[in-house]
Amino acid sequence: MTEAFVQEFEARAGTATAEGPEWLEPVRRAAIERFARTGFPPARDEEWRFTPIAPIVQGSWRPAGGGAAELSRAQLSPFVFGHTDWTTLVFVNGVFSDALSSVGALPPGVRVASLAEALRSNGGLLHPHLTRHAPIEISPFTALNTAFFAEGGLVHVAANVDLSAPVHLLFVTTVEAGGAVAHPRNLIVVDRGARASIIESYVTLAPGQSYWNNPVTEVAVGAGAWVEHTRIQRESESAYHVGITHVDQQRDSHYRSFSLSMGGALARHNLHVRLNDENIETLMYGLYLTRGDQVADNHTAIYHDQPNCRSWEVYKGILDGHSRAVFNGKVFVKPEAQKTDAKQTNRNLLLSDWARVNTKPQLEIFADDVKCTHGATVGRLDEVARFYARSRGIPAAAADRLLTYAFAAEVVDEVALAPVREELDRLLLDRLGGL
Amino acid sequence: MLEITGLRASAGDKEILRGIDLTVNAGEVHAVMGPNGSGKSTLAQVLAGHPAYTVTAGSVLYRGQDLLDMEPEERAQAGLFLAFQYPVEIPGVSNAYFLRAAYNEIRKARGEEEIDSMDFIDLLEEKLKLVEWEPEIMSRAVNSGFSGGEKKRNEILQMAVLDPALAILDETDSGLDIDALRIVAAGVNKLRRPDNATVVVTHYQRLLNYIVPDYVHVLSNGRIVKSGGKELALELEARGYEWLEDAVGAAS
Repeated sequence: MTEAFVQEFEARAGTATAEGPEWLEPVRRAAIERFARTGFPPARDEEWRFTPIAPIVQGSWRPAGGGAAELSRAQLSPFVFGHTDWTTLVFVNGVFSDALSSVGALPPGVRVASLAEALRSNGGLLHPHLTRHAPIEISPFTALNTAFFAEGGLVHVAANVDLSAPVHLLFVTTVEAGGAVAHPRNLIVVDRGARASIIESYVTLAPGQSYWNNPVTEVAVGAGAWVEHTRIQRESESAYHVGITHVDQQRDSHYRSFSLSMGGALARHNLHVRLNDENIETLMYGLYLTRGDQVADNHTAIYHDQPNCRSWEVYKGILDGHSRAVFNGKVFVKPEAQKTDAKQTNRNLLLSDWARVNTKPQLEIFADDVKCTHGATVGRLDEVARFYARSRGIPAAAADRLLTYAFAAEVVDEVALAPVREELDRLLLDRLGGL
Repeated sequence: MLEITGLRASAGDKEILRGIDLTVNAGEVHAVMGPNGSGKSTLAQVLAGHPAYTVTAGSVLYRGQDLLDMEPEERAQAGLFLAFQYPVEIPGVSNAYFLRAAYNEIRKARGEEEIDSMDFIDLLEEKLKLVEWEPEIMSRAVNSGFSGGEKKRNEILQMAVLDPALAILDETDSGLDIDALRIVAAGVNKLRRPDNATVVVTHYQRLLNYIVPDYVHVLSNGRIVKSGGKELALELEARGYEWLEDAVGAAS
């Protein structure tokens, strides 16, 4: 499959991938050259040891392309939270759909556009940011995305602007994309002192379909900015999703992420956050719900490069059936990053005898005056709590659902924006079969 | 109301209850006292259906039904309530949601209509007064981060809302300061009616100054070794438990 991608790259003249500003071309070429050298991660690669990517590597994937013409807004209603007035960019099988998108009233200084359009107009924003936050050396999947991306969301919030309602980047896959791969690329730039809430969703209208989504998202958080980033992954349970998010934070900024993973035969997400200056706060919450033979894999990395920063991470998983979860949480603290306060927690709830979890904290601390803790648990529903609920008249099955919900609600509750929190709550209840 | 005959129960290989006989009628308050390890809490938990215990012999009739044949939720739906010695924290579920879910499950089991959250709030307001509480407590997660006193008060609030026919209070006085004890006891007293009954399990006589029992039973080594009126509790307070244990030891 590696060779096929190289050939596709050479033959792409005239396609969307070949368009764009001049400076991008050598970046793309470097990316495909790197991918040609490395190929997909080999089985012995520590970063991919527990991630069964063989179906991706062995598959033969054609480029995804459109299919939006047949879709109506009504079909998207389950995915837009009922908030039709929010600015929503809709991408169908990797291609932007103007007709399905809606741009609400945006404050001055806010730009929301499809990346393809931005690449055509080559605005000054792209050059300092696009591909600058997501190094191709981190993952062959990023290299592939960089070589091929043509579409995605662009959100720019200018200094001191408060983006009052969230912007939703909605990636929909339909039955037409069976056997295809898409490489969405998002760029979110929130300048100094600005506030923004961004939702990034990956959903499907073809629940049984096999396809591969390979998104990369870059987020630049300016000094004193506040950003909430919610990522909802609800791909087909036969699909492959390998996504990566790179965040760069500046002084005094606050970035909070919530990542929900419930779709995919294999769903991998990497979240890398770099703290480039002092007094930064980073909150990373995650929830993965798996069943059947699903594999959910979350890798997070937080780079404490500077002193006096705080990072707080809680990822929780609920596993049923024969499903499996992987969690790897890296915390790097540089020698100069004194007074770092970092806490990482990964908790897993097993609902079946066959579900499994591989969890691994990885702390590399080179400063001596820091507070860094981590903890991981894998367990079952608490028998005493179960008895407590039953002793109040709640039947056993309902008690189990209630306690399972409670386990997950603890992280969902951390989502700051109420309408987003309520939607996540609804998705969770839906999945658990109500309370 | 409740008729316990020859009840024996074990936790794993260890027999804890070794033949309990106890009858509780409607309108009565019974105190079950005894030293640590005598089996008081086990008796309370066995009656509520705690899965950690196995009943090996005996029978329990509750309002004519075989209690031991019922699931814990069926017992609750039939009007039995256990106020836990150690109420469980459930982070992630609000106190209001939990209690309404329980209330509605009990109604459903009785063929009554479930009530919506607005009507439930009205009901709650009235019951909150009983334990001298403000409604804010209901939006907090169940017992999560509650002080020892708040947890016990929450048990009594649940009892007030669920309105049981038979309430078993397991060491409800432990960990309470005098003000909390007064509030909790007053709540229990206000819930007393001729058609319900209360079993108070306690180590100390202190609680019985506030919740005055009709009968006092002393449990030792898994058996009731002495029963009497409320004056027995005072005697225990003055003399301790040893004299009873010694008497039983000498007799057996």
